[in-house]
Amino acid sequence: MIEFLIHEDKDTVGVAVVDIQAGKKVTGRSLHGKAKPQLKALMNIPLGHKIALCDFKPGDTVVKYGEDIGKIVAPIKKGEHVHVHNLKTKRW
Amino acid sequence: MKIPTIKGYRRENGRVGIRNHVVILPVDDISNAACEAVANNIKGTLALPHAYGRLQFGEDLELFFRTMIGTGANPNVAACVVIGIEPGWTERIADGIARTGKPVTGFSIERHGDIQTIAAASRKALEYVQWASELEREKCSFKELYISVKCGESDTTTGLSSCPTVGNVIDKAVAMGGTASFGETSELTGGEHIVKAKAANAKVAEQFMKVWDNYTELIMKEKTDDLSESQPTKGNIRGGLSTIEEKALGNIEKLGKKTRFVGCLKPAEAPSGKGLWFMDTSSAAAEAVTLWAASGAVVHLFPTGQGNIIGHPIEPVIKLSGNPLTCATMKEHIDLDVSAILRGESTVDEAGDQLIDMIIRTANGRLTAAEGLGHREFVLTKLYRSA
Repeated sequence: MIEFLIHEDKDTVGVAVVDIQAGKKVTGRSLHGKAKPQLKALMNIPLGHKIALCDFKPGDTVVKYGEDIGKIVAPIKKGEHVHVHNLKTKRW
Repeated sequence: MKIPTIKGYRRENGRVGIRNHVVILPVDDISNAACEAVANNIKGTLALPHAYGRLQFGEDLELFFRTMIGTGANPNVAACVVIGIEPGWTERIADGIARTGKPVTGFSIERHGDIQTIAAASRKALEYVQWASELEREKCSFKELYISVKCGESDTTTGLSSCPTVGNVIDKAVAMGGTASFGETSELTGGEHIVKAKAANAKVAEQFMKVWDNYTELIMKEKTDDLSESQPTKGNIRGGLSTIEEKALGNIEKLGKKTRFVGCLKPAEAPSGKGLWFMDTSSAAAEAVTLWAASGAVVHLFPTGQGNIIGHPIEPVIKLSGNPLTCATMKEHIDLDVSAILRGESTVDEAGDQLIDMIIRTANGRLTAAEGLGHREFVLTKLYRSA
């Protein structure tokens, strides 16, 4: 069972492809690489939302598609929900 | 590669359309009522009411004429009745459409009034619709379809499935010798370096960056916050997208893996040759599709995540989604469900072939979901206030 996808092996967030329940051990698949990350979800992650694949501190860059998608503005633990409350654009 | 055939309408200028509309085109906002009356009188015609056409000037006026003439000139239109308040701009638009060789007549309301204008225009519209209804579809090549692409109400599933599916079709269609266009200038922000690298040569790359820089300058000048809830939209955010960079990187998947774009178009400008073209457009769906239809595009590919429901009156919009929730709860809006990619049960290449098949069926006459549901969003792009 695959619960989340990543675009590239170096991505630091995964996208839930099912509704993930907090406390569950989840497995991901890489679309363009070989990685099969496994971790424990610390929060409920709705389908389409992002799960942190590592710990983040404010100022860190988040990588998805192998590219920079913005900066962290609140501490995040591996397995937590990454979204607009803790990730902001660097552009506008 | 075997190039599929479709059954389309070959117009007087050789271009291929997939619909056979008789359009009643208002020059200005105050002529909408007369156009709608004509379309009500004569069944099988289509009025295109809009909000502008008065006191525009400069580049905004040029864009207005390009949009109106281009819409009437689109190969999906068999014939056109143009109605405006006065004869000057009415004739300018009718003459522009007539250059394609298709039947078009302009009517103006001043010195006649609505009722007399509606009567005369209705007689002409009946003549056109009876003529058009006897035109027959003929065998044409898939590569003769000018395709536009843009996604809407995107979420993280569009970047994983529906946008790469469109990109796969772009690679295949351009390799066949086809013509296509992408745009959404503001929504490339965060991936502009990737788009730049996909330009066919240094000159095109430089042109693209100039257009993107100009749009960014406008946003920086007018913005009052970080645009969160506008770009990305509230719907994008609900679907899991957090930043413009993340949204752009998903969007860019539509450009394909191999294809290089050959030029940059002004809004509503027709491509001068085959290949993939960048057009400077808003990222708002109805505005952008209206610009592509005015540039001559005959079919639009529209990936959606959360379920944008847009359609266009003359350019059929094929909608695809990889979000299983959207495909289940908004089934009537989705022409192609590509959620099997998320489950690992289908590849992007297979989904691309399914989308090509859906384009062929649509070109041959299958109504899209948006056509069946009556979505006819015709929205003009306005560059600045009128005089």
